[in-house]
Amino acid sequence: MKRATQSTETPQVGRSVPRLESWLKVTGRAEYVHNLRLPGMLYGKIFRSTVAHGRIRRIDAAAAQALCGVHRVVTGEDVRKLIPQPYYGPAFHDQPVLALDKVRYVGEPVAVVLAADPHVAEEATHLIVAEYEELPAVYDEVEAVNSRAIVHEELRPAGTFPDLKHLKGRTNTNVALDFHLRRGNAPEAMKKADRVFEHRFRTQQVMHTPMEPLVSVAESSETSLTIHTASQSPSFVRMELARLLGWAENRIRVRVPFLGGGFGAKLYIKLEALVAVLSLMTRKPVKIALSMEEQFFTITKHASTFRIKSGVAKDGRIVARECEVWWNGGAYADIGPRVTQKSGFTASGPYDIEHVAVDSYALYTNLPPAGALRGFGIPQLVWAYESHTDLMARELGVDPIEFRRGNLLREGRPQATGTVMRDAAIEKVLERLSSLMNWERRFDRGTGTLRRGRGIAIGFKACVSPTTSLATVNVNADGSCIVYCSTADMGQGSDTAMAQIAGEVLNMAAESVTVVHSDTDVTPYDMATLGSRSLFHMGNAVRLAAEDARKKLRELRKELQLPPDCDIPEIFKKKYGMQAGHVAGTGSFIPGYKSPDQNGLSDNATPFWMVGGTGVELEVDTETGRVRITRLVNVADVGTPINPKIVETQLSGAAIMQLGFSLFEKMEFDAAGQLRNASFAEYKIPGLLDLPGEIVNEAVVAEQKSGPFGAKGVGETGTFGVSPAIANAIHDAVGVRLTSLPMNPQAVWEKLGEAR
Amino acid sequence: MRKEIHFRLNGEAVSAQVAPHESLVEVLRDAFGLHGARESCGQGMCGCCTVLVNARAVSGCLYLASLCENAQVQTIEGGGELDAVQQAFVEASAFQCGFCTPGFVLMTRQLLEERSDPSEEEIRHYLSGNLCRCAAYPEIIEAVKLAAKKRSKS
Repeated sequence: MKRATQSTETPQVGRSVPRLESWLKVTGRAEYVHNLRLPGMLYGKIFRSTVAHGRIRRIDAAAAQALCGVHRVVTGEDVRKLIPQPYYGPAFHDQPVLALDKVRYVGEPVAVVLAADPHVAEEATHLIVAEYEELPAVYDEVEAVNSRAIVHEELRPAGTFPDLKHLKGRTNTNVALDFHLRRGNAPEAMKKADRVFEHRFRTQQVMHTPMEPLVSVAESSETSLTIHTASQSPSFVRMELARLLGWAENRIRVRVPFLGGGFGAKLYIKLEALVAVLSLMTRKPVKIALSMEEQFFTITKHASTFRIKSGVAKDGRIVARECEVWWNGGAYADIGPRVTQKSGFTASGPYDIEHVAVDSYALYTNLPPAGALRGFGIPQLVWAYESHTDLMARELGVDPIEFRRGNLLREGRPQATGTVMRDAAIEKVLERLSSLMNWERRFDRGTGTLRRGRGIAIGFKACVSPTTSLATVNVNADGSCIVYCSTADMGQGSDTAMAQIAGEVLNMAAESVTVVHSDTDVTPYDMATLGSRSLFHMGNAVRLAAEDARKKLRELRKELQLPPDCDIPEIFKKKYGMQAGHVAGTGSFIPGYKSPDQNGLSDNATPFWMVGGTGVELEVDTETGRVRITRLVNVADVGTPINPKIVETQLSGAAIMQLGFSLFEKMEFDAAGQLRNASFAEYKIPGLLDLPGEIVNEAVVAEQKSGPFGAKGVGETGTFGVSPAIANAIHDAVGVRLTSLPMNPQAVWEKLGEAR
Repeated sequence: MRKEIHFRLNGEAVSAQVAPHESLVEVLRDAFGLHGARESCGQGMCGCCTVLVNARAVSGCLYLASLCENAQVQTIEGGGELDAVQQAFVEASAFQCGFCTPGFVLMTRQLLEERSDPSEEEIRHYLSGNLCRCAAYPEIIEAVKLAAKKRSKS
């Protein structure tokens, strides 16, 4: 699809521009690392641990090595010869490239077979024999606090985060990070409260299952390394590989085309260190493409336990809240310690509570590692605090929306950290939700074995901070425009949004702007595509870069004594005597931030707040426990949308994904820590038949004043309220309370049985 | 072990050397450089690997290439200009990451061949074997309806 450069006065933001890559995607031509095959390339297949926790006694790879077509078998000890300390991770340097000395979960990579034919490599993995001395294992996040099974002998904080430094060298503990927030005096206030409520909630371990499974390719020379990877964080990959190898960053090039979904699974280091090492060892290109099954052994979403306690005054005001959250991080910390803190500080919810105590713990266990999954811990927190809110309203005999109204964290009021709420349309989201749910109207409650109920929930999230984005915007001699940025387009539509932002500044049609995909040799630094940060951070950087280019063009016109409205090609023709040269605008964006003090307090904890509300109407079949969602209402504060259609698909897509986590998805482990349902045959994700009867999406009228053209992130917001809204609606329908996810027919039916 | 098979690929007569265990997706990828049919779940549960063999949708990650002898094989790469279904998917914004999109487009073509004006219920059932983790499902339903309209006009 040819796109001519067009000069335009039409606003580019606020327009539902079809995705720039539409043609590529509907014709199967979009570039994914999945497609990549290099001449002479070897395929790696991974041999994985069969025990949850054990010392590696012996690995016998002789038979595998002898198989015809096998190039080489590589173990952790081989890696250690190349890199003496082969441990990586964004928060802790705790994860070995291949298991070393110990294995810490079933499915952990122990060895790799390399072959030109992936089937041969696969077959050879079955010929490897490993012997382990089994150690006691721990799986539950609460048990892990005092378990005698210790997953890591010593904590190894990465050192890049000042607030993790105190953990260095700590031994004999599974607590990777403990975060505490104290505002006022919650225990004292609790004593004085009229009523006190306490509940405990659990969430289960689930997986992102991007349709393009994790995949990385490495090619190397004596002095350089190129990684082609399905990654949300190319800049981090370069930095971490440089650190592991002791190389300068300019020797490592990381390239990222389109991603076939990410959702947080493709962050930090996943397969990149492994393919890098294998390519350096063999001097051949190496590709590792995981199967759907193997994804479950790579990165997951934290299971969690949340104890929440609230004191309520006679007038219905929540005066005190205590939150204790345990995050099941699995065997390697990944970004778990950040989830524990960055999400932990919002655990008391979008309510104005004077006395708050939060204790949030990241735990190591002998399960597959957990990281970020579309919400960075927020859906787990909202699940608990909004179920709790509903239970309190019920006990107090107050309408749940009215109860929330009376306690809402309003604009200009301080959140638990002390950061004052700005541009967070919590009130508006609640009111629009109430209105779209027709809350005041009579509701048909069903009859016989089909009972109907409705429920709502609201949640909020503080965008992770501080993080940096840089961008370059080039205006070529013919007037066309190229945006260089390292944001990965994994389906959220960032290419299109960035083109719209650049086009808006430069008066060009977004369709005519080109966005260059991440290539660390070419595109400037970006922290990562995560936590709904890109539209705000990179959007601001692209806006600044485009403004810089515009300013330079204006200066050139002045210098060349051209009229201010002369066409861009005329500028270059006059400057260079022909169609030559270009103008490069640069933009760099990092928002202000203040680290929390010893009480977890900060008056600038986040650059912006995301607010999401969910309303659910459903039917419960009392004979089978089956829940059918008849109506799903998603309301969000996304600031001012850059691309309304893409915003809507993000909101509804996130909510439907969360429906799966709410109603049926669950990684099932046996007593020995073996995952029993690592495939789409047994682990079901939402399909067309799971869709609610009706879906309503609304972005409330709002503006994020510090965002690009009033916009902010939206990728996760749709997930926040889904699970508790469903639990609240089930309670409304049949009078039983689900406190664990998923709320599958069996769980609902058992609760109904207990109530009978 | 390898044997030569002959078939028509997107209308063109072709041949390939295939091993008995090789799937259709592998042969399309390795012998013809076609990447629109992709292995995702590897179990025929997700529809990302959909290919039309003799005008019937098959799971290309499970379907043995050697069964394609003399068959008409159609992939998303066939055809020149966008057809009504592809146009409708673009207009309805019926995809996000795009990895599952070729499978949805091919299944929609087959659905509309069988029923020119399917109901929403029929659309949901017919496409229930295709999974989209981005969950662009509401937009996909819209796209199918739009494609049906476009086709009935032309």
